[in-house]
Amino acid sequence: MAQTMTTEVDDGKVRNDRSKKDALLDARGLTKRFGDILANDRVDLIINKGEIHALLGENGAGKSTLVKMFYGSLDPDGGEIHWDGRQVEIDNPAAARDLGIGMVFQHFSLFEALNVVENIALALPNPGNMAELAKRIEVVSRDYGLPLNAYDVVADLPVGIRQRIEIVRCLLQEPRLIIMDEPTSVLTPQEADQLFLTLERLAGEGCAVLYISHRLEEVKRICHHATILRHGQVVRECDPTKETPASLASMMVGADVAAVSASAQKPQIGAVRLGLKGLSAKAATPFATALNSISLKLHAGEVVAIAGVAGNGQGELFDAISGEMPVASSMIEIDGKACGTKNVTWRRRQKAAFVPEERLGHGAVPGMKLSQNIVLTRHSTGDGLISGGMVSIQQASVMEKRIKQAFDVRVSHDDPEARSLSGGNLQKFVVGRELDRKPGVLVINQPTWGVDAGAAALIRQAVIDLARAGSAVLVISQDLDEIFEIADRIAVISRGYLSAAEPAADMTRERVGLLMAGGAEAQGEVA
Amino acid sequence: MFEAVLLTVITAATPLLIAAIGELVVERSGVLNLGVEGMMIMGAVVGFAVANQTGSGALGVVAAIAAGMAMSALFGFLVLALVTNQVATGLALTILGIGFSGLIGEAFIGVPGLKLPELYIPGLSEIPFFGPVLFQQDAIVYLGFALVALVAYGLFRTRLGLVLRAVGDNHGSAHALGYSVIRIRFAAILFGGACAGLAGAYLSLAYTPQWVENMSAGRGWIALALVVFASWLPLRVVIGAYLFGAVTVLNLHAQAFEFDLSSPFLSGLPGFVTGAIEIATTSQFLSSLPYLATILVLVLISANRRLTLVNTPACLGKPFVPDR
Repeated sequence: MAQTMTTEVDDGKVRNDRSKKDALLDARGLTKRFGDILANDRVDLIINKGEIHALLGENGAGKSTLVKMFYGSLDPDGGEIHWDGRQVEIDNPAAARDLGIGMVFQHFSLFEALNVVENIALALPNPGNMAELAKRIEVVSRDYGLPLNAYDVVADLPVGIRQRIEIVRCLLQEPRLIIMDEPTSVLTPQEADQLFLTLERLAGEGCAVLYISHRLEEVKRICHHATILRHGQVVRECDPTKETPASLASMMVGADVAAVSASAQKPQIGAVRLGLKGLSAKAATPFATALNSISLKLHAGEVVAIAGVAGNGQGELFDAISGEMPVASSMIEIDGKACGTKNVTWRRRQKAAFVPEERLGHGAVPGMKLSQNIVLTRHSTGDGLISGGMVSIQQASVMEKRIKQAFDVRVSHDDPEARSLSGGNLQKFVVGRELDRKPGVLVINQPTWGVDAGAAALIRQAVIDLARAGSAVLVISQDLDEIFEIADRIAVISRGYLSAAEPAADMTRERVGLLMAGGAEAQGEVA
Repeated sequence: MFEAVLLTVITAATPLLIAAIGELVVERSGVLNLGVEGMMIMGAVVGFAVANQTGSGALGVVAAIAAGMAMSALFGFLVLALVTNQVATGLALTILGIGFSGLIGEAFIGVPGLKLPELYIPGLSEIPFFGPVLFQQDAIVYLGFALVALVAYGLFRTRLGLVLRAVGDNHGSAHALGYSVIRIRFAAILFGGACAGLAGAYLSLAYTPQWVENMSAGRGWIALALVVFASWLPLRVVIGAYLFGAVTVLNLHAQAFEFDLSSPFLSGLPGFVTGAIEIATTSQFLSSLPYLATILVLVLISANRRLTLVNTPACLGKPFVPDR
């Protein structure tokens, strides 16, 4: 309770600094309940004109619920929203758009089968003639430095361009408030810089931006004001330019977040445990990426990270290494044994472990209990889960408890179904299930995607500890902060080509960005 | 002779075309209605009954459309409002339609029917060859062509069509943008029902103007398959329907044509050739030809995987429950 008291005092002070007369959106006591869970509990939020306002909080803190109420896709159970000084009811997204509220979604709200103009026309109340709209799109997108071809079909476009479509779609609605949910998670550093320029220009023109991000560095860099949610309540407001990423993180979590560091302990580099030799594969579908002669040696004791913008072959590379997509035998070696044609179970028996990107549906079966999900990946790895063709339920449940405890997986009841876990908790479980084996080779795709700061720090530290204990770890990630935090060496994947892995100390964000934007490709072709 | 064959091809293709174009719209909105056969047979029996009782073919057609729509409304309510499984509900709709139509049609078995009049388009119908084939048909044939044109234009050139395709591609996004997924899907389902009812009316009022139990004879299923093989593109549905119609008719003619294996022309051939001819000319094999030919041709034209992928409604058959 004491904590709440100080917060209120803090609140009052900050509010006095911010004059209320510029308020564009003023939310008072917004409350939303889903069943037993209070997703938003009397949330107050003021967004001023021309302000880039950060909304921070861990997963499940209620950020998405709050912005969905602003955008009219959820009805509040209590509280009121004032827009430009007048109370409004935002019943549906069309009403929000009429007010001038635009939204760029985290999981894109684009239609893959349609082209750029069609996608944008769907969001405009009066799109008019399609040919004229196409011209307008090309003009506006170029004007803001986000060029688009109006007749490209979305399915053919990389994620960075898809996000441009979302932003241009928003801009064409001439919004007064743009809500952005994790906009930079799919961008190269250069693309992110371009986005920040666009946002600053919009703010200069008087447009307000509500910015949701887990990347605290960029929040500090571009945001004017921050509101921090925890368990559905506003716990703090602050000026992020006067904070550090660490202090912002501890406000979100409510406790200090342990700093993760790969350099604290120098790696003892050992023998090659995972070797990729000229790994090539054709694209399986028109929307997949071909792998082009990828070579990499992963040694015991080190963490190698592969950076890259989504959709550049990360999924295909993961599938080839894990055995979901068979390739020529000599292309992949685990501890010196050629295994390109071997299946996943064979590779697991070789002490390799794999954590795919999609935790629900790929990493875990949603409708199965956690203990059953453990049996699925560890039935053949000598964990005593199977004897005489029968599953040892007891052993599975022992392991389930052990993993939950070691990786701080929080569940509402004993051995729940995988689908009932929040994203961060399920990720901790899926990673923990493999780490619990002490694998010799760990390949992990997007280890902390959509995971809050506390859980992310735990996962990253565990991955580093595993490598330091003599295993080889390959991390595929789109989060550069994460990569620089944990990697000993960094390679970049671009259009199915992999650049040479270079020591992290020699790499800069700029260089990684250039490799992402096609430099890796040029390097790969030369090699 | 050729003229007569073409005429029968059109009659065989029309019910498939109409039912398929309706189902295409339904599936483009993201709903899989496997009840086409049931809606069609209900259209056939209700159309026949009303035409027979009132003496008006036009009223019969209107009643058939209404019957198809009523069936589809039931389907729509179940899958959209109660979020039942689409596959199971569609199958149930077919079973219901076949059973219920038999009950209604009991009194009409053997009753002479009423055939829709052929409409002669002034001027055009007098053109030699083309005139009789294309411009001396009944109203439903013309309506079928009009429907194809309307759907093709509507889907790809109008805002309504764009919204419909968007709902079928990604219902979550369409909802987030403020479109009423449920309402749009319900409208599409009703349109599909109307088309199936109309196709049924064609069977009992034009194709064979009488009521025979189970007279749709699997045409609803063919229509469903055509939509998939045509990659959800209206003009390909036309190709598929006509191809199917053409091979059906040809095989009727081939069955009428007796192969005489003892004829002097064939007697010198080796045994396996005469054996093959014997199998190839059995009525069972010939009856399967329309299916084989249609599948073959449509598989060949859908070889472009990218085009197929882009045109496949990504949300087909997935239930949608908006959160509020």
